[in-house]
Amino acid sequence: MTRISELTVRAQRIRRHILRMIAGAGSGHPGGSLSSVELVAALYFAVMRLDPERPGWPDRDRFVLSKGHAAPVLYAALAERGFFPVEELASLRRFGSRLQGHPDMTKTPGVDASTGSLGQGLSIAVGMALAARLDGSSRKVYCLLGDGELQEGQIWEAAMAAAHYGLGNLIACVDYNGVQLDGPLAQIMSIQPLAAKWQAFGWRAQEIDGHDMAAVLAALEEARTTHGSPSVIIARTVKGKGVSFMEGSHKWHGAAPDRAQLAQALAEVGGDGE
Amino acid sequence: MNQGELIATRDAYGRALAGLGGELQDVVVLDADLSSTTRTATFAASYPERFFNVGVAEQNLLGIAAGLAASGKTVFCSTFAVFASGRAFDQLRNTIAYPGLNVKVCASHAGLTVGEDGASHQSVEDIALMRAVPNLTVLVPADAVETAQMVRAAAAAPGPVYIRLGRAPVPVIHGPDYRWAPGKLSTLRSGKDVTIAACGVMVARALQAADLLAGEGIEATVLNVSSLKPLDTGALAAAAGATGCVVTVEEHSVLGGLGGAVCEALAEAKPVPVVRVGIQDRFGQSGQAAELLEAYGLGVSDIVAACRLAKARTT
Repeated sequence: MTRISELTVRAQRIRRHILRMIAGAGSGHPGGSLSSVELVAALYFAVMRLDPERPGWPDRDRFVLSKGHAAPVLYAALAERGFFPVEELASLRRFGSRLQGHPDMTKTPGVDASTGSLGQGLSIAVGMALAARLDGSSRKVYCLLGDGELQEGQIWEAAMAAAHYGLGNLIACVDYNGVQLDGPLAQIMSIQPLAAKWQAFGWRAQEIDGHDMAAVLAALEEARTTHGSPSVIIARTVKGKGVSFMEGSHKWHGAAPDRAQLAQALAEVGGDGE
Repeated sequence: MNQGELIATRDAYGRALAGLGGELQDVVVLDADLSSTTRTATFAASYPERFFNVGVAEQNLLGIAAGLAASGKTVFCSTFAVFASGRAFDQLRNTIAYPGLNVKVCASHAGLTVGEDGASHQSVEDIALMRAVPNLTVLVPADAVETAQMVRAAAAAPGPVYIRLGRAPVPVIHGPDYRWAPGKLSTLRSGKDVTIAACGVMVARALQAADLLAGEGIEATVLNVSSLKPLDTGALAAAAGATGCVVTVEEHSVLGGLGGAVCEALAEAKPVPVVRVGIQDRFGQSGQAAELLEAYGLGVSDIVAACRLAKARTT
C-alpha cells in the first residue's frame, strides 16, 4: 500500500472507533471529531515524532487539542498508535475511566495538555513552543483548533504572541467545518476572512481540503519546514464527515447515535473494524 | 532586612525571584505589561532569555505559563491580583490547577492598599476565588521575610501556588531566624483572652492592637495565618480553645477569605465566638492606602474593638 492509502485506512479505523465510543458512552461530540480525522491521522501516523513506549519523552513533538470536545478522535489515534489498548476506548466518559469527556493530561498516556474550556489551547501551545526553544530542542508543537473557538479572544492573544516570538516550531490547524453547536458560523458569528486574519497576525497561512490526505500531508510538510514564523493550516472540512445523516448538521455537534444509527454510520464509513 | 523596616511584599518578591534565577536554570518568569510594578523586571534584567512579557493579555499569560510548565519549567507569572484571579480565573482553574501544573501565580497589588487606582484595581475577593479552586495552594505573606521564604519554597515544590502580594510598604515583623513552614500558621504572641488570626499586611496591625489590648488588661494571642490553603486547622482550634474567642483580620472581604476560612474550620473543629475584621462586602475606592484601611474598618482601633466584642461574647 502507498503511504496515502495506509493513512486512509487508518482514518477509517479512527472513524469507526469514534462512532462506537460515542454510541457506547451515550454522549459526546461526533461532528467535530469526525471532521478532524484526516488531520489527526496524518499527525499521529506520518508526521509527529513520538514514542508510545515513552509518552513522557521530553523531546517528543507535542499535540494540543484545543477543541477538547473532540477528545474521541485523539483517544482513537492514541490507542491506534499504541499508547494504550484499543479495548480501553470503550470506557470513554465512564466513571473511573482514563478517557475523560475532555482531555486530561494527568490521566491519559499521550495526552499533552488538559483542554476543554475553548480558546485556551493555542496559549498552551505557545508556552510549549517557547520551552522547546529554551531547551534548544527541535521538537514541534501542533495545535488543533476548532473554528467556533476562534470566536474566543484568547486565541488572538496567543496568535499575536506566537508571531511576536517568531515561533516557527508552532503549527496550528483549524478544523474549519463551518458549523458550531447552535448552527452555521456564518449565521452565528462569522470568522471570515480567516486566512487574512492569521496573515494579519503574522502567521503563514495555507488553505486546504482537510479530507484530502495528500493535501493534509503536503501542508504539514510545508508548515514544518517554515522557519521564523508560526504556521496555520486552515483545513476546510465537513462536520460529521463520512456519515450522511451527520454531515453538515449542528444537531450532531454533541449528540450520540443510537444503535440503529450506529449501524448505518459504520456501514457508511466502511472497513472491517475490529 | 531588619525588623521594623518598611518593605512592600512585592519588592521582596522581586528580589527573591531574581535570586532564584541564578540558582535554578529552569525558572521562567512571565508578566503582562506590569513588570516594573510587580517587580519581575528585576529578574528580567538579569535573565532576559527566561523572561517573557506577553503584553496586556492575562488569559494568554496563564495559558503560556501552563505550556511552559507542561514542558518542565518552573514558572512564575505576575500581574495584579484583580486580574490574575478574576480576568484569568478560567485559565487558572482549567489550564493550571486542574492538571496541577507547576505555575506560581504571584499576584501583586492585592486589596485596598493599591490606593489611588480605586476599586477596579483593588481585589477584595481574590482569596475567596482562589481558595475554592482544587489543587491550588493559597499563600498570603505578612512581610518581606516571609515572602522571600515562600517564593523559595514554592520553587522547590512542584504544583500550582497563588501568592498574594501587596503594593504598600509594610513593617518587617519576622526576625532573621524565622522559618516559614508550609501549611502551618505561626504564633507571634501568646495571651489567654482572645486569639487574633490575621494575614498579609494586617498582621503588623494585629500586633499593634495586641499591644493596646495589653494596656487594658486583655492578653491576646496573635496568629499569622499565611497559608490560607491548606489551613492549619489544628493550630487554629488549639488557640481558639485556649482563648475562647477569635478575631480574624484581613485586607479582603469577610466573605470567603480568612474570616470565612476560619469560621468554616472552627465551626467543625472548635466552635467559639468569631468576629471578622475585613471589608464588609463592599468595593473599594480611590484614596491613600492608610486612609482607606481606616475608612473600611481595618484600623488598629477596629481590631481592638473587635477583640473586646469577641471577649464579651464568651461570657
